Amino acid sequence: MLTKRIIPCLDIKDGRTVKGVNFVNLRDAGDPVELAAQYAEQNADELVFLDISATEQKRKTLANLVLKVAEAIDIPFTVGGGISSVEDVDVLLKNGADKVSINSAAVKRPELINELATAFGSQCVVVAIDAKQIKGEWLVHLVGGKVPTEINLFDWAKEVEQRGAGELLFTSMDHDGTKAGFANEVLARLSREVNIPIIASGGAGELKHFADTFTHGKADAALAASVFHFGEISVPDLKQQLKAQQIAVRL
Amino acid sequence: MKVAIIDYGAGNIQSLQFALNRLGVQGLLTADVDQLQTADKVIFPGVGEASSAMRKLNASGLQHLLPTLTQPVLGICLGMQLMCNSTEEGMTQGLGIFDAAVKRFSAKVKVPQMGWNTISNTKGPLFDGIDDKEYMYLVHSYFAPSCSNTIAETNYDGAYSTALQKDNFYGVQFHPEKSSKAGSQLLQNFLSI
Repeated sequence: MLTKRIIPCLDIKDGRTVKGVNFVNLRDAGDPVELAAQYAEQNADELVFLDISATEQKRKTLANLVLKVAEAIDIPFTVGGGISSVEDVDVLLKNGADKVSINSAAVKRPELINELATAFGSQCVVVAIDAKQIKGEWLVHLVGGKVPTEINLFDWAKEVEQRGAGELLFTSMDHDGTKAGFANEVLARLSREVNIPIIASGGAGELKHFADTFTHGKADAALAASVFHFGEISVPDLKQQLKAQQIAVRL
Repeated sequence: MKVAIIDYGAGNIQSLQFALNRLGVQGLLTADVDQLQTADKVIFPGVGEASSAMRKLNASGLQHLLPTLTQPVLGICLGMQLMCNSTEEGMTQGLGIFDAAVKRFSAKVKVPQMGWNTISNTKGPLFDGIDDKEYMYLVHSYFAPSCSNTIAETNYDGAYSTALQKDNFYGVQFHPEKSSKAGSQLLQNFLSI
């Protein structure tokens, strides 16, 4: 049976992890390679690296980091942040990334999704969507969820699928950072409206939130950052709990 | 040991190279006929869309060489699918090594299948020391139905061939280079055949 995936997300700036990390047995908490290896060892199913650097020079640092991560771990990983062209993706995939995640660039120029799917295959194209409910309507937001658009979430999700995305990474800005659980209602509706896998993101605070998003939210994978990095939830404990609730996970 | 990886411009092979390095082997990425014929093992990778990958293989002229190789050959993911008779993806004619016609998953399941799924009914040396029900990492929208060449199955929209073998030719739908310790064991097993 295909298992539900647990995905720790690492924010990267200038080749280093940004948010504080509280792992007891890390020599260097800012070293993404060491942290990635640790998560792989704990049976995390995939990793996401979100680069928040901006300049060209820093992009090269990212490509080098991707190469080091690929050398160190033997589970799949996705790289996102500031990707806007076929050339950007080519470098990352050649360095060993399995998938790339695009967000604002896809909203600004939706053809980018088609271009990437044609050049590299749908399997490596993850489209990240940040959305927020405004007057009862779920609207797509840009720039890390700060800038609202008039694009309806469900219309956009369908368009993204049709253009060749292989997966959706959905973050509810209403839930992100609250630690009160994932946006299960809207996630379940997304699962009904599109037929590609969906990663739930935003709102993880407790073990039970993950079980809820897999059962009620129909999510195929769940992504979280701080609860893992600060050791509030450990990946092995989480997976044991999910298994106890008859949710298929890889142990 | 000389391990050749077929270079035809369709495949992200960096992770495969690193996985081989972890086993103490340096993969040689090549399209050279002599190098491929004299290698101890040959790996046929592949990601992306089938018809364009097959066009690239045909352009390299290696489509005739590949079925004549006599050493162990391992196709991975799309590489395995191209070793079948045909694939529905882009209505593509395959190399005809494995007796299977590759089909698309139905809309009853999410497509692509993405993630870790179990393998079962495993047969032969490729799976030495790997548990039945072990998890492997898969990303694919098309699958090879079970057939006389099947040496392992996975269940998604029904049971299908997650690994195939005919004589010296092996194929796996999953990515051993991304499947943690079990995947590494499978690569080691292939190198030991």
